[in-house]
Amino acid sequence: MWDYVKLIVLAAVAVAAAIIASYARDLAHLVHMIIIMLTAGGLFLWQIRRVGERVVHNQSEYMDGVIRYGVIATAFWGVVGFLVGVVIAFQLAWPELNLEFAQGYTNFGRLRPLHTSAVIFAFGGNALIASAFYVVQRTSAARLWGGNLAWFVFWGYQLFIVMAATGYVLGSTQGQEYAEPEWLTDLWLTIVWVAFLAIYLGTLIKRREPHIYVANWFYLSFIVTVAMLHLVNNLQIPVSIFGSMSVPVFSGVQSAMVQWWYGHNAVGFFLTAGFLGMMYYFIPKQAERPVYSYKLSIIHFWALIFLYIWAGPHHLHYTALPDWAQTLGMTFSIMLWMPSWGGMINGLMTLSGAWDKLRTDPVIRMMVVAVGFYGMATFEGPMMSIRAVNSLSHYTDWTIGHVHSGALGWNGMITFGMLYYLVPRLWKRERLYSLSLVSWHFWLATIGIVLYAASMWVTGIMEGLMWRQVDAQGFLVNSFADTVAAKFPMYVVRGLGGVMFLVGALIMCYNLWKTVTSVGEKKPAAAAVPAE
Amino acid sequence: METYTLLRTFADSWHLLFMTLFFLGVIGWAFRPGAKKVHEETSSMIFRNDDSPAGDDDAPAPPSGNREPKEAR
Repeated sequence: MWDYVKLIVLAAVAVAAAIIASYARDLAHLVHMIIIMLTAGGLFLWQIRRVGERVVHNQSEYMDGVIRYGVIATAFWGVVGFLVGVVIAFQLAWPELNLEFAQGYTNFGRLRPLHTSAVIFAFGGNALIASAFYVVQRTSAARLWGGNLAWFVFWGYQLFIVMAATGYVLGSTQGQEYAEPEWLTDLWLTIVWVAFLAIYLGTLIKRREPHIYVANWFYLSFIVTVAMLHLVNNLQIPVSIFGSMSVPVFSGVQSAMVQWWYGHNAVGFFLTAGFLGMMYYFIPKQAERPVYSYKLSIIHFWALIFLYIWAGPHHLHYTALPDWAQTLGMTFSIMLWMPSWGGMINGLMTLSGAWDKLRTDPVIRMMVVAVGFYGMATFEGPMMSIRAVNSLSHYTDWTIGHVHSGALGWNGMITFGMLYYLVPRLWKRERLYSLSLVSWHFWLATIGIVLYAASMWVTGIMEGLMWRQVDAQGFLVNSFADTVAAKFPMYVVRGLGGVMFLVGALIMCYNLWKTVTSVGEKKPAAAAVPAE
Repeated sequence: METYTLLRTFADSWHLLFMTLFFLGVIGWAFRPGAKKVHEETSSMIFRNDDSPAGDDDAPAPPSGNREPKEAR
């Protein structure tokens, strides 16, 4: 019965998409409808060959297939996102790379959201979904709730990524940073996200452990808050179902405030809370010792979520936003320093008594450096949120450097550590293919980040000082073009840092590939020993 | 902007008080007597059930030493 419902729905979607495609008002919408039509049609054919098949979900096994796919998707989108980042970094250094024949498709303005969304939502999002599924099963001692719903979340999320990416290149955008996709893509993500939340909650409810391990608290706050942020910041009224355009509900300073409430909490709950969930599971597991202080982790959690949600206004210093709101945002950003460093200390001190592992295990080294970058970025952030500092740093490349020391250093490195942890376990291999390749990856990535962050500090502060430089008569000394010319060397260094980070990621992909294909299978330890 | 004023007044009085007390309550709860044992047990829980879910006949968590009765879920 259920199979027939699915067939009818898929057929209806495919036909509707075909009709809308033929009336489509803009290219992006046309392409999206063709993608939906092909997806629904393909799924229809796939489903019709499987009518009546019983899918058995063995409750005494973990559901790891979907996590394996998630790991592959994470590595794939990571390389894509880093590559686009390298391209746009060099586009800024050499504008000729905004190729003339591809104007309107591959120029900086179109590729920049492609880069940010690819690394945050495609690379980071897949890492979060895959690791959330892994962690919630192990810490609940239960199989994922919802059967094949996890596969829907995985593939649905990939469809969201493809629709968002094609939309950016074809110019369909809401113009809100990190929330660029238009209404159709937003609606689809909402459905996928609710399914994700249902699976997560369902698994927690049927858990076989008395307590909910702290990593799950972080993952759950990430899922719930992102749902809330996504819904509020994307309150838009579509102009027509035949076009991708929509009209925002908010306007003016309210719109700006909602956008940065969204934007900063995307950092706080997507890139911080979710990845802290990873930290609280994978660092203790890799170090083979429990987290330094469970009490601290509880206080870390509550302090983090209580403070983060207020920090958004620091993106709107010296704007039309009322002063009290700016001060509120700044104050909470500074207070946020405390839970952030509490969490960092908790992650680092988990290694106390096992510091020698830093010498012998490059995977734990990667995770520890990730936590170190987390500490540095969460020190830099509150400092930059102070209004006086912000007057120098805002709109300069310092912001870009700050974001990347957090994103490459914290999110990137902890994700790489997670991938190195997961692949041998998910594919039941004895070990990683090569630890020296992990070390190569580690050093390339670390030096790449240092090049990136240092060049952006230099160019950002230089640019900020040049903008405000006045002569004895009070006239501005530099034109904007002067600052652009002065930044050229730092832009090249930044691009090279990005190349190193990308090469490191490619080495990781090779290493993980060889781990799966050429390392011997892990024998279950207890199987061969009869208890006689 | 009556709604604005109303919400604004509520937010920086009663709701602020509620959130502060809730937060202090959470910290107090983390330091409650007997929490240490629960925390030790919970923080080492990640080292079991690595390969397969807990079966029906398994006790939910092998108690480590003399544990107090488990809390309700």
